[in-house]
Amino acid sequence: MADKKKKNAPPDAQEYQAFQQQREVQRPIVKNCIKAFFVGGFICFIGQIISTFYIYFFHFTEQTVGNPTVATLIFITMLFTGFGFYDRIGQFAGAGSAVPVTGFGNAVISAAIEHRTEGFILGVGTNMFKLAGPVIVYGVFSAFVVALIKTILIQWGGL
Amino acid sequence: MLTGHQTWVFNNKPVIISTGTVGGPFEANGNIPNDFDLLHDDMWLKQDSFEKAQQTLMEEACQTAVKKSSIEKEQVQFFISGDLINQITPTSFAAKTIGIPYFGLFNACATSMESLALSAMIINAKGANYILSGTSSHNAAAEKQFRYPTEYGGQKPPTAQWTVTGAGCALVAQDGQGPKITSATIGKIIDMGITDPFNMGGAMAPAAVHTIETHFKERNIDPSYYDLIITGDLGHIGREISLDLLKKRGLSIQENQYVDCGLTIYREGQPVLAGASGPACSAVVTYGHFLNRMKKGDLHRILVVATGALHSPLSIQQNDPIPCIAHAVSIESGSDV
Repeated sequence: MADKKKKNAPPDAQEYQAFQQQREVQRPIVKNCIKAFFVGGFICFIGQIISTFYIYFFHFTEQTVGNPTVATLIFITMLFTGFGFYDRIGQFAGAGSAVPVTGFGNAVISAAIEHRTEGFILGVGTNMFKLAGPVIVYGVFSAFVVALIKTILIQWGGL
Repeated sequence: MLTGHQTWVFNNKPVIISTGTVGGPFEANGNIPNDFDLLHDDMWLKQDSFEKAQQTLMEEACQTAVKKSSIEKEQVQFFISGDLINQITPTSFAAKTIGIPYFGLFNACATSMESLALSAMIINAKGANYILSGTSSHNAAAEKQFRYPTEYGGQKPPTAQWTVTGAGCALVAQDGQGPKITSATIGKIIDMGITDPFNMGGAMAPAAVHTIETHFKERNIDPSYYDLIITGDLGHIGREISLDLLKKRGLSIQENQYVDCGLTIYREGQPVLAGASGPACSAVVTYGHFLNRMKKGDLHRILVVATGALHSPLSIQQNDPIPCIAHAVSIESGSDV
């Protein structure tokens, strides 16, 4: 839709957009990728330490350790978000702190904190999944589609 | 009086007899803390929401401006102001506290000069003796409305800008001691089809260029007439683009004659990316920093061009471009006029 509009824009606007684009400071993609790789990797490293800790001291197995590890990481994220560090990490790390489960936790928690002033029901309750909601909707939907394809292939494809 | 199509020249020379500027903790840590009348070390200002904190900023700016003058609040006829938040409620609640007849405006970050131009027009036409004209913004309240929750860890691009927490207010009078408002050019909406709300400088630059160009053409003066041409919140990207466009249009503006409030308020090293923005940005920097420099005798004539991006979160989600505007007001020191 945006592209269609751009084509229909008057010539002076098109000319300005081209000029503006040259002058615009671009996101430093390579630098951002490297930072995201290291910060994201570090978060996963901490996750690995936590799951190893649970396996050694609380006798979880590799199959069952996932849930308590995720819960612990989200709890730490909650503290970091509440004390106001996580947004600073996010500005530095970009995808590195957004893609791991901590990013999902931060999206929920930050919205919950932000809308506390509008009350617990219409504020926190309504807005908590404002940012994380699409992840759940499309996550569940794509899981459904994948499951459907798998079922069809097994039933009729003879796999 | 009306000169050309969109410029007012004020023959009766309305005077800014006093100003009030209030800032938050980030501004206190910035480049011009001494130019604020009042600085807060708490984002919440001891209120229970950011919107109420913004209301308090506006109230304090008005009270400071009145206190610094020799008049009483009851002598002021009108309060002309606006802000960024939905239905400009912080300003309206502040107007309730101040208790003066009130005009509510919305022109986003151009509200500061829109309200000053209208105040000067009313004073010039002898429609009032004293008018309080100002605007406010709050970083967290604006983030909440236009972007993401304040604690959300999203990465902003280098073109993004930082909304100022603060409020600036000018008390405009028929006569008295202080800088005089000599003319104003009211801008029209310029839409170049930019849709990225994280690049407001790039979107607003053509509006600033259009208003500046019109101002010089209609007043039939040269850019060298002014010591400084001060834009509101174009930031690094918008400032450079607009300066190039102005040069392309044949206006000879010197590099050091063209400054931006959004690049003045914070110091190097503060994480503001392309610069500051918000209605309070042009208000506090003009009413604080530049008018103080004018009082010291550093500056004699300035043209303040406040730029505004008039989008809403809804219009951005519906892929509409950002409509932009710029209003220019010229202020000259008392002795010159």
